[in-house]
Amino acid sequence: MNDETISGPGSSLDVDAARRRLLGTAMGAMAGTGAVAAAWPFLASMRTSAKAEALGAPVETDISTLQPGELRTYEWRGKPVWVLKRTPDMLETLKQNDSYLRDPKSSADQQPPYAANEERARSDHKDIFVAVGICTHLGCSPMFKPQHPAPEIHPHWQGGFFCPCHGSKFDLAGRVYQGVPAPLNLVIPPYRYAGATTLIIGDDEQEKTA
Amino acid sequence: MSQIKSSRIVKKPPLSEAAAGLLAWVDSRFPLTKTWREHVSEYYAPRNFNFWYYFGSLALLVLVNQIVTGIFLTMNYKPSATEAFASIEYIMRDVSWGWLIRYMHSTGASAFFVVIYLHMFRGLLYGSYRKPRELVWLVGMGIYLCLMAEAFMGYLLPWGNMSFWGAQVIISLFGAVPVVGEGLAQWIRGDYVVSDVTLNRFFALHVIGLPLALLGLVVLHLLALHEVGSNNPDGIDIKKKLGADGHPIEGVPFHPYYTVKDIVGAVVFLMLVAAVIFFEPTFGGLFLEHANFTPADPLLTPPEIAPVWYFTPFYAILRAVPNKLFGVILMGLAVMSFFFLPWLDRGKVLSIRYRGWIYKSALAVFVLSFLGLGYLGTQPVTTDSVLGLPIAPLMAARILAVLYFGFFLLMPIYTRLDPSKPVPESLT
Repeated sequence: MNDETISGPGSSLDVDAARRRLLGTAMGAMAGTGAVAAAWPFLASMRTSAKAEALGAPVETDISTLQPGELRTYEWRGKPVWVLKRTPDMLETLKQNDSYLRDPKSSADQQPPYAANEERARSDHKDIFVAVGICTHLGCSPMFKPQHPAPEIHPHWQGGFFCPCHGSKFDLAGRVYQGVPAPLNLVIPPYRYAGATTLIIGDDEQEKTA
Repeated sequence: MSQIKSSRIVKKPPLSEAAAGLLAWVDSRFPLTKTWREHVSEYYAPRNFNFWYYFGSLALLVLVNQIVTGIFLTMNYKPSATEAFASIEYIMRDVSWGWLIRYMHSTGASAFFVVIYLHMFRGLLYGSYRKPRELVWLVGMGIYLCLMAEAFMGYLLPWGNMSFWGAQVIISLFGAVPVVGEGLAQWIRGDYVVSDVTLNRFFALHVIGLPLALLGLVVLHLLALHEVGSNNPDGIDIKKKLGADGHPIEGVPFHPYYTVKDIVGAVVFLMLVAAVIFFEPTFGGLFLEHANFTPADPLLTPPEIAPVWYFTPFYAILRAVPNKLFGVILMGLAVMSFFFLPWLDRGKVLSIRYRGWIYKSALAVFVLSFLGLGYLGTQPVTTDSVLGLPIAPLMAARILAVLYFGFFLLMPIYTRLDPSKPVPESLT
């Protein structure tokens, strides 16, 4: 029996190990690429669907009957959105909070550019406060606590929002207090006014084109 | 030839002979007897298993209960935001025995964690995670993680208000991840908030995805265990002393010795569980929280969001940290620390019986901190006292969290210093 008769694919005598390793690696790489590509449709199917996106359309509200000091809650994208008409007194208190706040100048990107001011509101309706009523800590909905003083909440309480879940505190412009679990000011959603009494939550397109 | 002659009188073989024939037929095609012997009738376990060794088989029992009751719940449950809450009420009121099946499932979930925590504690007592059982421990921790995901997703399904807000809070934890966090949280929800979409996908994962993973991991857990053999309350390797038959002298076959013992444990366990199912299925709001008896309302947060009791130790750590990202990281570490135990423990002996006072104290402190954090996690943070003591709950949680992590972080040091006692040659 000579070498030729026992040589052939699979026999140990004529194996080109380097070639086999190359083929094996190439196969593995191809199969791996294929597996990743095949996984993509499944993972992508879990993204927000077109229908869910459509349901997140802007909400139109009438603010003509909103009384000073009154807070109304609307639902936009399944989240509570507060619309609060602040009294002149309430606006006055905002000036006194800075030293107790984490981000009094609203430097973190939690609001559209037109709301990055002390009132955190559009300049044409500074009294109207529009905010997503969800704590930036873990997504609870804080409670409206306008009464002050309220030492059980904070020694320097000027009215604001208090989260019952983990004790985060925000002032009447949704700015977060220091020393609480919430890291950021409340989110101001995009919004605009269509006429004097109509507020549209979730859309500020006209502003950009204007 | 005489055999052939006598066969003219056709006599049916006795049943046992027929069964043996059938078994031989199967065995030549599938390793049935071989598997039974390897894993049951000739799996030699140390002869000194005590009370703490009930919880492995009890975990298996609860798993079977969850799967069977789960299948029957699925027959009447509707995974939709508009129908889920009502379908649970329907199961409770109109489906024959539906209340029993549901309470078996909900009580089973809590019983699962009771059993698993005791099972893990057994590992800590007797060093069951130590070499050569590292993989048994790691796979077991994988089961624990799977179980947490399973329980979390299952808790959303009744679509009660605590279901909703609990999911909202936990999913928003992913939002703490820098850069990709918000996108990740939205991908998990499939929507801007926890919604019908979220409910539907949690249902899919709860009833098929995670149970399959769980079953697979349980098989791996047992295969790894049977490869290295069971540890025991003395932490002695019984494979060192083999008898003439090649089996450990100090071992007994799992069947019938431990099958019978475990049946006794199962009966007592079922009596306790039945008492809960029939007399106190909500367990005072611990197993089924009160806020979950009202339907989910995205615009109304319950006054106090608290997870079910088995998550509260980690939840207490999360909210004790006044920084979201750091809180999430610490909570994750609190769970993941267990994975590193086999390499953190540098003790010379396995079992608590031969450990010195240092390890015993450390374990006691750890258990107390775990229970303390668990208690604090169920309590509101707005008070300024805990059990009448003048300490704020958050401060208490911070102290206990330090002790909790100290158990793991300092383990390589104190287990080395620990004055251990000599380990006997034979089981005691």
